[in-house]
Amino acid sequence: MTNTLHRFGTADSFRDDFVIFAIASRGKNEQGALDKLREFLRLAVKFGPVNLGDARHGGALRPCRNMVPTSHWKRDMKPDFNAVIDGLDHITTVAAVFDDRVKAEDFLKAVKARDFGLSINISTSVDGADQCCHAAGIPRHSVGYSLGFEGKTEHLPNSHVLMLSTMCGHGMVANSLAKKMIDWVKEGRRTPEQAVTYLARFCSCGVFNPSRAKRILEEARVSTK
Amino acid sequence: MFINPDKCVACGNCTYVCPMGAIYIDPQVRRATVNRAECVECYACFNGLSQEHLNPTIVRTMRKVFQMLRLRFDPEPDVCPTAAFEPDELVWPRVVRRAFSDPRVPHESTGVEGRGTEEVKTNDVSGRVQVGEVGFTIEFGRPGVGVWFREIQTACHALARAGVSFEKKNPITSLMTDESTGTLREDIMNEKLMSAIVEIKVPVHRTEEIVRLVWEIEKQVDTVVALGVGTRCEDTGDETVVASILERLGYTLHRAKTNTGLGRITNMLEEAKPESVGAGQ
Repeated sequence: MTNTLHRFGTADSFRDDFVIFAIASRGKNEQGALDKLREFLRLAVKFGPVNLGDARHGGALRPCRNMVPTSHWKRDMKPDFNAVIDGLDHITTVAAVFDDRVKAEDFLKAVKARDFGLSINISTSVDGADQCCHAAGIPRHSVGYSLGFEGKTEHLPNSHVLMLSTMCGHGMVANSLAKKMIDWVKEGRRTPEQAVTYLARFCSCGVFNPSRAKRILEEARVSTK
Repeated sequence: MFINPDKCVACGNCTYVCPMGAIYIDPQVRRATVNRAECVECYACFNGLSQEHLNPTIVRTMRKVFQMLRLRFDPEPDVCPTAAFEPDELVWPRVVRRAFSDPRVPHESTGVEGRGTEEVKTNDVSGRVQVGEVGFTIEFGRPGVGVWFREIQTACHALARAGVSFEKKNPITSLMTDESTGTLREDIMNEKLMSAIVEIKVPVHRTEEIVRLVWEIEKQVDTVVALGVGTRCEDTGDETVVASILERLGYTLHRAKTNTGLGRITNMLEEAKPESVGAGQ
């Protein structure tokens, strides 16, 4: 799962994007991990995340399997963190997404103090992660650099579309849907806040960052590129 | 994936949510249709679209009326109004499409969801990449382009010729019939995936050689590549060796995934209660 590593953008574009996730390793530390993962998520809520999720069920905004015609006027537009925590029923990767470095730092300090014994990773700009670790008094153990996208890049869409769609590294947020939402925001058919909720529901592990997405949509609205 | 033509009302919502662009409205039958050759069975349509259960006949009639009156109606873009998606029962070899494309399905070879890899995310407990080593994650097809196994085969052959070792706990490696040559099972060559990650590990002094090899491979495949390079930091938390090599090759290091080293091997602790065998704190 490199689903948070290859987000498209410059280092500065990750100033409001901090994904901290916990993962257990088979044969190493998965015993008793389910309760620890739930506690990790509960702990995260105290620090004001913009999304929570697990790799099996998705994030804090999810699709509905049984909509009725009246649902359209009362759709859930707010993230439901409790649903994520209560719905965690398998040992899997869980993630908390923050749009503020200080919040991410404080959460990392709390995670260190709690000593879950699980592998804890932070995915953001190289410097942003370094700062978080430094603030929490943690020397980095390992680092995985993203070198971006190469090869037949002529198949790729423009940068705003890519910045939105790559927030689900598993590719569940289609480039064409991201483009459609940019167009709808430009047309005034939807607000950026509304467009973000449509996109976020497709992310199947809850690492989509709605704050960053809203900012990108607002930038794209006036962009001529 | 199958779209039930008796239910589909050709609203077109699903044509935008397919990451591969494999859904279109067939003008002959006026229903959404899946291009089975290009569909990677990622289930983004089935899992991602909310579902209503409206009467298809009523919806089609309303759409015709609106169309005649030149009225633009404004449906929610993430809803299938008639719950028309019905997953196929997948059999080998097509089932590998879903295994590599639907992130909710754990890979049997590793037990990990997503693309089935752990990379340096668990390096604090696995010790997979040691000081002086570099782990490459070479992901083909990402983002949103897709890749055929025959293209991954081309890459694996080239990497094997360079004498690299493939990561054992990796879904692609598990499909190799000969790791020494990087040869994959023949019966999956014509299967398309959302993306797949080839993982290799080399001594740090081979970093530049492998990057240049990947550049050559990229010329031979008709897809995009997302390259990740993982390494162990020094005890102080610093990492300058690999970063400087990559920057010398022209890369700007915008983003990284950082393992904080807070993981420990707790399974042994619970079984035998020995002293901490924690790795790398």
